[in-house]
Amino acid sequence: MNSMFQALTGILKVVFTGSKSYKLLVAVLLLLMTVGVILLVRQFDQGLIATNMRDQASWGWYIANFTFLVGVAAAAVVLVIPAYIYHYEPIHDIVLLGEIMAVSAVSMCLMFVTIDMGSPERFWHLIPGLGIFNFPQSILAWDVLVLNTYLFVNLFLVCYGLYKYYTGQPYNKKFIWPFIIFSIPAAISIHTVTAFIYAGLPARPFWNAAILAPRFIASAFCSGPAFMLILFQIIRKNTRLKVTNEALFKVGEIITYAMALNLFFLIAELFKERYSATAHIAALDYLWYGLQGHNHLVPWIWTAITFNSIAFLFLLNPKTRRNLVTLNLACVLIFIGVYIEKGMGLIFPGFVPDTLGEIYDYFPNSLEFWVSIGIWAAGMLVFTVLSKIAIAIKTGELKCSCTVPENK
Amino acid sequence: MSEDAGKAKNENMLTRRKFLTGFAAFAAALSLPFNAKASVWEEYFRQHFTRLKKDELRAILTNMEAELSEKYGKSVTVKATPPMDKVLFGYALDLSRCIGCRKCVYACVQENNLSRNPQIQWIKVLEFEKENKKWQSLEHSNRYYNPDEVPQKGKFYVPVQCQQCNNPACVKVCPVKATWKEPDGMIVVDYNWCIGCRFCMAACPYGARNFNWGKPYIPKVELNPYMHYLGNRPQYKGVVGKCTFCIQRSREGKYTACVEACPVGARKFGNLLDPKSEIRYILENLKVFRLKEDLDTDPKFFYFFSMGTPVRSAGGKG
Repeated sequence: MNSMFQALTGILKVVFTGSKSYKLLVAVLLLLMTVGVILLVRQFDQGLIATNMRDQASWGWYIANFTFLVGVAAAAVVLVIPAYIYHYEPIHDIVLLGEIMAVSAVSMCLMFVTIDMGSPERFWHLIPGLGIFNFPQSILAWDVLVLNTYLFVNLFLVCYGLYKYYTGQPYNKKFIWPFIIFSIPAAISIHTVTAFIYAGLPARPFWNAAILAPRFIASAFCSGPAFMLILFQIIRKNTRLKVTNEALFKVGEIITYAMALNLFFLIAELFKERYSATAHIAALDYLWYGLQGHNHLVPWIWTAITFNSIAFLFLLNPKTRRNLVTLNLACVLIFIGVYIEKGMGLIFPGFVPDTLGEIYDYFPNSLEFWVSIGIWAAGMLVFTVLSKIAIAIKTGELKCSCTVPENK
Repeated sequence: MSEDAGKAKNENMLTRRKFLTGFAAFAAALSLPFNAKASVWEEYFRQHFTRLKKDELRAILTNMEAELSEKYGKSVTVKATPPMDKVLFGYALDLSRCIGCRKCVYACVQENNLSRNPQIQWIKVLEFEKENKKWQSLEHSNRYYNPDEVPQKGKFYVPVQCQQCNNPACVKVCPVKATWKEPDGMIVVDYNWCIGCRFCMAACPYGARNFNWGKPYIPKVELNPYMHYLGNRPQYKGVVGKCTFCIQRSREGKYTACVEACPVGARKFGNLLDPKSEIRYILENLKVFRLKEDLDTDPKFFYFFSMGTPVRSAGGKG
């Protein structure tokens, strides 16, 4: 009990003390969260009419962010595979951060779907037994299941790893191995199931494509690791955690393969739709060229594709891939590119034209924008606090003073 | 398993459910105001319509009647009339007669107590240009036509509402089974069970589902006091609603409001299982089609031409 108390005070001390830049970061995140909460209260009061969503475009910016963040949660698996399956040492040291990333990203996903609900207070209707969980018919039920599973597996892996570091005990490999192995298909499953939400709707020809799930996974393996590459460098500059360039370049290599696939899938999709040129092409035309003069998504998608292509060229050349300046540039471009692709590029045009042919130009209003920023801030706060604790434990700053019997 | 063991297991399940309910009550107590009225609590913990026991349902209906009567200042009845035996409702719409007057749209709004602000309409009338070569693409239709007089020359009109599919895409996707197909064919929504995720709206190929984006508003004088629990009772902010073939009327043996309102007799409604019904006559003797047949949703809503216009499929972009 005493050691538990000691651990708790130790953790609290780590969370509540830190450099000026740490405090500033936390303050900014809390401020953004406050703005988000204030606007969210307004949204709950007025209803979702406070957003720009309407019957014609019944999902919007929130679901777009949700979709993108499911992808970011992939970051973990991109580290887990080389670290545990191929025993690639440089990445082994940072895999914990990847899992923390996954935890933060999935928490953000859950926040986004919750605030997108019209009646979130009725969440208990989803609890099996108490409510009715329409499993396995509803893909949304599947998504609830896999997202929560993935969240808890990663949370468990993080806690277990930190506990072992904290007490100075070695990993019990036999015990933890099944969980690590399980986290890999779990990561793939969250993307696949999220893609199936859209791909399983014949009413929406733009989404009703077999390529959707593969493209999801390919783009997720670009955006998540790209985000992490940048974060790792920020962490390495500001803490005592060592992240080697080798680890970063390895991740860069993985992004290269993923982006090659992503662009290839895109071309396959564009060819099939454009060359067949059936009535189903309306949504694709709306996105890429504009439809009947409605073209407000066109600049976004061309920006995204340009960014992704330039980033791909940087990554393809080993010289620029192994140069931190150009690698970072590529990562920023990919992050923005994939963010647009999954938001403006995937969710919005799925509703245009709507099932009765109406063209409603959806774009988020400022409330949706700031509420989303608030959720991002909450997710980043989760990441900041968890990784601060993790780094303190890993670098030995926070350690159990108790003597633990050697575990043989 | 012996009978006794089965019983014991059942009892265990019951206590488990009770425990879970208690737990949820506690969790919700943290989020609901403490001074809330008892009815607010009852409403929050109310079970799915199909799980309500007879006496529970009766009590709910009585309370609802009292509350709505007080709120709207007139005597409201809320029924939960069950489906009739050997009845499967079907609908047919005569495109050669429809003049696009939207009388059906407003009759529906009035009958079904749809929100006037924000405005919700369950029937959408699409206007097409006869000369448009791309007329089969729905994005060349216009929902917001507003001439001084209808029908306009060179235009034809296609009203669309819930097609009451036998194979409904919306029902399949609902994560909480808040929407389902009744034995007499109507797809209904439990407004007290819907969580407002709007997956059904993304899944419906006919734009037949409308979400209450804001708090629905119905003027007191315009409230239709004859209601059905699964039909035209006032809906709530944050839930989805849809056409139910006027369940409150059809289950009492009446025509739907849109059928009665149509000034040109373009709308036909009846029992698909009755060989002598008008709807069966139409299906058997006239050329009919359904919207977006390629999606295999198997609608019970048919379109036909009674007069000499060439039969053209206004279907799908599908």
